[in-house]
Amino acid sequence: MEEVRLMKGNEALAHAAIRYGADGYFGYPITPQSEVLETLEELRPWETTGMVVLQAESELAAINMVYGGAACGKVVFTSSSSPGISLMQEGLSYIAASEVPALIVNVMRGGPGLGTIHPSQADYFQATKGGGHGDYHMIVLAPSSVQEMCDFMWLGWDLAFKYRTPAMLLADGIVGQMMEKVVLPEPRKRRTEDEIRQLCPWAINGRKNMRPRNVVTSLELDDERMEQNNLRFQRTYREIEKNEIRYEEINTDDCDYLLVAFGSMARICQKVMEIAQEEGLKLGLLRPITLWPFPYEQIKKSSRNAKGILVVELSAGQMIEDVKLAVECKVDVKHYGRLGGIVPTPEEVLDSLKEQFSINK
Amino acid sequence: MKEEIVIAGFGGQGVLSMGKILAYSGLMEDKEVTWMPSYGPEQRGGTANVTVILSDERISSPILNTYDTAVVLNQQSLDKFESKVKPGGVLIYDNYGIHNPPTRNDINIYKIEAMEATFDLKNAKAYNMVVLGALLKVKPIVTLESVLKALKKTLPERHHHLIPMNEQALKVGMDLIK
Repeated sequence: MEEVRLMKGNEALAHAAIRYGADGYFGYPITPQSEVLETLEELRPWETTGMVVLQAESELAAINMVYGGAACGKVVFTSSSSPGISLMQEGLSYIAASEVPALIVNVMRGGPGLGTIHPSQADYFQATKGGGHGDYHMIVLAPSSVQEMCDFMWLGWDLAFKYRTPAMLLADGIVGQMMEKVVLPEPRKRRTEDEIRQLCPWAINGRKNMRPRNVVTSLELDDERMEQNNLRFQRTYREIEKNEIRYEEINTDDCDYLLVAFGSMARICQKVMEIAQEEGLKLGLLRPITLWPFPYEQIKKSSRNAKGILVVELSAGQMIEDVKLAVECKVDVKHYGRLGGIVPTPEEVLDSLKEQFSINK
Repeated sequence: MKEEIVIAGFGGQGVLSMGKILAYSGLMEDKEVTWMPSYGPEQRGGTANVTVILSDERISSPILNTYDTAVVLNQQSLDKFESKVKPGGVLIYDNYGIHNPPTRNDINIYKIEAMEATFDLKNAKAYNMVVLGALLKVKPIVTLESVLKALKKTLPERHHHLIPMNEQALKVGMDLIK
C-alpha cells in the first residue's frame, strides 16, 4: 500500500523530483522555498540515483546550468522565489528560444523589489505573459495543495518534454510552507543515455554512430530563419492551448456569483463558499490549474448564469485581466486582493464580495 | 469531525513542533490535516503561531480567522487570539507571565500552569508536550496512543529513548486540567 506522509509543499516537490528520475537540481537559497535545496541535500540522491544537487553561486548561474542540462536532454530543474526568478528571466527566454525542456519552480513572495518573505501571487504577469524578452510562453501550473506540489512536478516535466518548452510551477509561500498529507509516486529510474538519444533526438550528447550534428542555440542572425523559428514556436503554443488547459470547478453549475482564484487563494475561496452557503448565498469556484494556457472558454461558460465574478488574488489585480478577456465584458468582474505578503481571511473575502456586488444577506 | 486550532507563543517554546506532532497524530488516525506556520525571519524570542486543522473531510482553507480552540502561551498571543475563538469555543492559556487574563464569558477558558509544571519536571524541553497534554484532556481530538505513535514517527531513532519522558510530560499536562 502507498504510504501517506505529512510534509511541506517544498519538501514534497524535492521528493517528487528524485522519484521522477531527475538528473539535476541547480538552485540558490531564498525564503520561502529554502526547504527544496535543504530537503535535496538531506536526501542525498547523488548516492542513490546519481542525481546532481548543486547550490550555484547565484540565480543567474543556476538557470544557465539548467539551460545546459536541458540542452543535453537531461531532466533538470531549479527553484527560487520572486526576486530570484526575476534574475532568471534572461535564461528563461534563452531556454524557450532554444526549444529545450526545463522545469522552474517559483514559490512566490511579496514584491516588488526584495519585498517580504510572505505569500504573494503578484508574479502572475511575469509567469504568464513572459518575464523575459521576445515572443515566448511557458506552461504555468498552479498547485493549491501539497499533493499537487508533488504531482505537478511530474506533470510539468512531462509537458516540458512533450512540447520542448520551459514549464513553471507557480506556487506561493502558503503552499510551500504548509504541511499536508501526500502520497509520493513510485520512484522511476533516471533515463539512460540511450533512452535520452531516443526520446530527445535534438539533444547535444555526442555524435554516436556519426549522427548529424545537433545545435542548440537561441541565436539566429538570419531574419528569415528567425521568423520561421518564431512561427514554429507559435505553432507549438497553439498546440499547447488546444491540448493542455486544465482547471477545477466546484459548484459552478448553479451559482449566484462565481469566484475565480488559483493556488492557495482557491483554498481560501473554498472556505468562503462554505461560510456563504451557511448564509444562503450560492457561490461557485473556478480554479485555473494551468495559468498559461488560460481556461478562457471555461470561465465564459461557467459564468454564463452568474450575476458577477469576483477574482481573488494576492495581487493588485493581474489574473483579472484574463478573466475580463474571457467574459468579453458580458459579466460584471470585480477583484479582491491583499498585497505585499498579507493573506486575506475567508470572512474578509466574503465581506468584499457582498460590498462590491451590493448583496444584503 | 473538524477541529480548527491555533497554537501561539514565543519562538523557541515548541509551538511549531507541538502543532506538527498534533498533525502527525491526526495522520495516524487517517484524518485530513493541514499545518500552516506563521513563518518568518524571527528565531528564538519572536512570536510564533501555527494553525492546525484536523478533519474527517477535505480541508478547504489552511488559513483562518476564527478557531474552535486557541492555545496561547504568552501575553501577546493572548491579546491577539482571545477575540478569534468562536463563541462556545475553547481558550487554553498558560498563566506564566500573563498580567491581563482573558475576559470573554462566551467561551470556555482554561488557565493552566504548564510552565510551573515543566519546572517541576526539570526538563524545559518537555514544555510543549505538557501543553499538548492539557489540550488533549480538554479536547480529546486524538488519542494519547496516536500521539506516541506520531512521536515515534517524527523523532529520529537516536531520540526514541526520550519518548517515555514525553509521555510523562503529556500525562502531567493532562493532570493540569481539573
